[in-house]
Amino acid sequence: MICIYMLCLALFLVGLYCVVRKRNLIKIIIGIGIMEYAVNLFFILGGYIRRGRSPIFAADQVIKNMVDPLSQAVVSTAIVIGLAFTLLLVAIAIRIYEKSGTFDITKINRLKG
Amino acid sequence: MNFVPFFVILPLAAAFLIPLTGKKIKIAGEVASIAATLSLAVLSFLVAALTAAQKALICNIGKWIAPAGIPMIVDGFSIFFLVIINVIAFLVAIYSVDYVKRYTDTWKFFTLFLLMVAGMNGVVISGDIFNLYVCLEIAAIAGYSLVAFDVDAEALEASFKYAVMGAVGSSFMLLGIALLYSYASTLNMADMALSIAGKGASKILPFVSALFLAGFGLKAALVPFHAWLPDAHSKAPTPVSAMLSGLLIKVLGVYALSRIFFNIFGMTPQVSMILIGLAVISMVVASVLAFGQTDIKRLLAYSSISQIGYIALGLGVCTPLSIMGALFHLFNHSIFKSLLFLNAGAIEQSTGTRDLRKMPGIMAISPVTGYTNLIGTMSICGIPPLGGFWSKLIIIFACIQADRPILAFIAAAVSALTLGYYFKAATPILFGSKEYRGINNNIGKRIAITMALPMAALAVLSILSVLILLPDTGRSFLGDAVAVLVRGREWNSAISGAMR
Amino acid sequence: MSLTKEDRGMTLIVKTITRITFGFILLYGIYIALHGNIAPGGGFVGGVIIALSFIHIMLAFGKKRALKRMRSHRLRLMISIAALIFLYIVISGWHGSYSHIVIAICEMVIVGAGLFAIFAALVLMPKSDMASGVKK
Repeated sequence: MICIYMLCLALFLVGLYCVVRKRNLIKIIIGIGIMEYAVNLFFILGGYIRRGRSPIFAADQVIKNMVDPLSQAVVSTAIVIGLAFTLLLVAIAIRIYEKSGTFDITKINRLKG
Repeated sequence: MNFVPFFVILPLAAAFLIPLTGKKIKIAGEVASIAATLSLAVLSFLVAALTAAQKALICNIGKWIAPAGIPMIVDGFSIFFLVIINVIAFLVAIYSVDYVKRYTDTWKFFTLFLLMVAGMNGVVISGDIFNLYVCLEIAAIAGYSLVAFDVDAEALEASFKYAVMGAVGSSFMLLGIALLYSYASTLNMADMALSIAGKGASKILPFVSALFLAGFGLKAALVPFHAWLPDAHSKAPTPVSAMLSGLLIKVLGVYALSRIFFNIFGMTPQVSMILIGLAVISMVVASVLAFGQTDIKRLLAYSSISQIGYIALGLGVCTPLSIMGALFHLFNHSIFKSLLFLNAGAIEQSTGTRDLRKMPGIMAISPVTGYTNLIGTMSICGIPPLGGFWSKLIIIFACIQADRPILAFIAAAVSALTLGYYFKAATPILFGSKEYRGINNNIGKRIAITMALPMAALAVLSILSVLILLPDTGRSFLGDAVAVLVRGREWNSAISGAMR
Repeated sequence: MSLTKEDRGMTLIVKTITRITFGFILLYGIYIALHGNIAPGGGFVGGVIIALSFIHIMLAFGKKRALKRMRSHRLRLMISIAALIFLYIVISGWHGSYSHIVIAICEMVIVGAGLFAIFAALVLMPKSDMASGVKK
């Protein structure tokens, strides 16, 4: 199990590397997506138990041995936030491309920071 | 009747009613946002009176009791922020009415503005850490799109930079929340505090603390994480700059940080030390950088970072007096920094420039802007009768009382630096030189009454803010907020008991 | 044929397949949405699938045909009405009880409308239609 957590962390770091190191706006957005997915995966794994079953509740079911439904509900909200965020970033990137004709951040860099 | 959920419902409803009327009714956005923020401001005073009597208002949404439901909790610390948010949002909404005439689609501005207010109110009243994160993201995403509202190349770049850094910070926060959830097995903040206290020390808590410090520190723009702030603040439309600097960095950064570190984790010496370190770096570096700025809004932005450093210093020193100083400084800063940003917008409108080297002198053109700017500048520099002086003095005294004279010396020195760069900026802003008068066609354009009123109101507030220290008038307002932080984890045990 | 390449949509194969699969995807989305009250994620997943089935059609049959039906004010109405329905659910659920099925269906409508509108706005709208900015 610890191995899977480490893989999650590795995925997170891949996304972080992508955000920090890449110059293309679209690649930065993809990097942010990777980071979000890594965190979501970690959240889901935190609620997972070995040989657990899906937390579907019906009249004849016994509440036993289910994986945690709360983390799944939380992650579905986090995915929506990530979606809204990605769309906003893509829209901004499209406008930047219209203005400056390039996706390279080193060429559109005008502000001092 | 429980009023607490209206803090989120009202602005959300107004925000989504505006696009329905859209282009048919021209002033729908203005009317809806002013009505919503005015009623929110009135409501916040009403709830403040209730909170002072009952200490904590708890609202279980849908009658779901705590572990299953998501409660909304208003205690002394929350109501302190609620009053600040809604009063300043109301004044900024009035100011926006004239300012947004330069845009084609004004209703979009007001929709996003109200979403930002709803998000910030949600952050403050939420009793659940994931709900706090969601509301934080709503406010932040509205903020990113408002920064880009000018849609020129620079505004878009500033917004992209802010959004990317904000996304990295949010990922850290969510990772921290995931770890905390798997450790404490609850998302409710009060229960989480009890659970962590019950389990004792663990290796996971320092890691989570580091993640939260990075995530919320980025939203609060403490120095290693500050790079987005000067660009975003200077390129945003002016009312948005006032909201960002006056409210957003405090609610998303300082509120969330102090709620988590004081009330959930309990302040440890290590976190306190890191917070003081970040605070000192922020204060010194940002003040030095502010000297080189020629754009008014960039100068104000760097000054915001430096003043956030004061607040973090007060929180980091972590004695009751220093926390009181920090919160009082936060109160003052949100008033006078909003005032100064609104002044910057008025100056740009009546002189056509924001460049300090080309100022014609605002005093002769628009006395209202000039005098309010003078009051705001005096308050932020710490000239004695005004609020900024007392809050800085309390922080410096608290450092001496906590036996940390070096910190007191740094705080005093940075105060002198602040005086220096504001003096350097105020001379050209107020008096300028005559040779620039008459170059620009806009010169002498009158400031609309809707722009002058909020500035005057904020100037009066920044003069009166010292009244909050008097025993009878506002002591319980500030005192309750301080008490929540000082009691730390114990406060959450009380809340956790009251929730059920 | 005065239409440009991107206005005509994709090839005949894609159009035919889309025509066949559209109903199934829509039906599957509705199925998931109606069982949203007992599944994790609620009607959300169903809403996403329903939105995707319409987006599918838009992509296959081209910009021109989709734009006949879509104008930015309609998208705006869709999003705001969806958000107001959501708010209504919150307020109505504040004190009383309400049917889980209703919540699932409403959530499906909301998410479907939101996603569809966002996607349509990003992909299809002519730039001048969505632009806002400083008055010249």
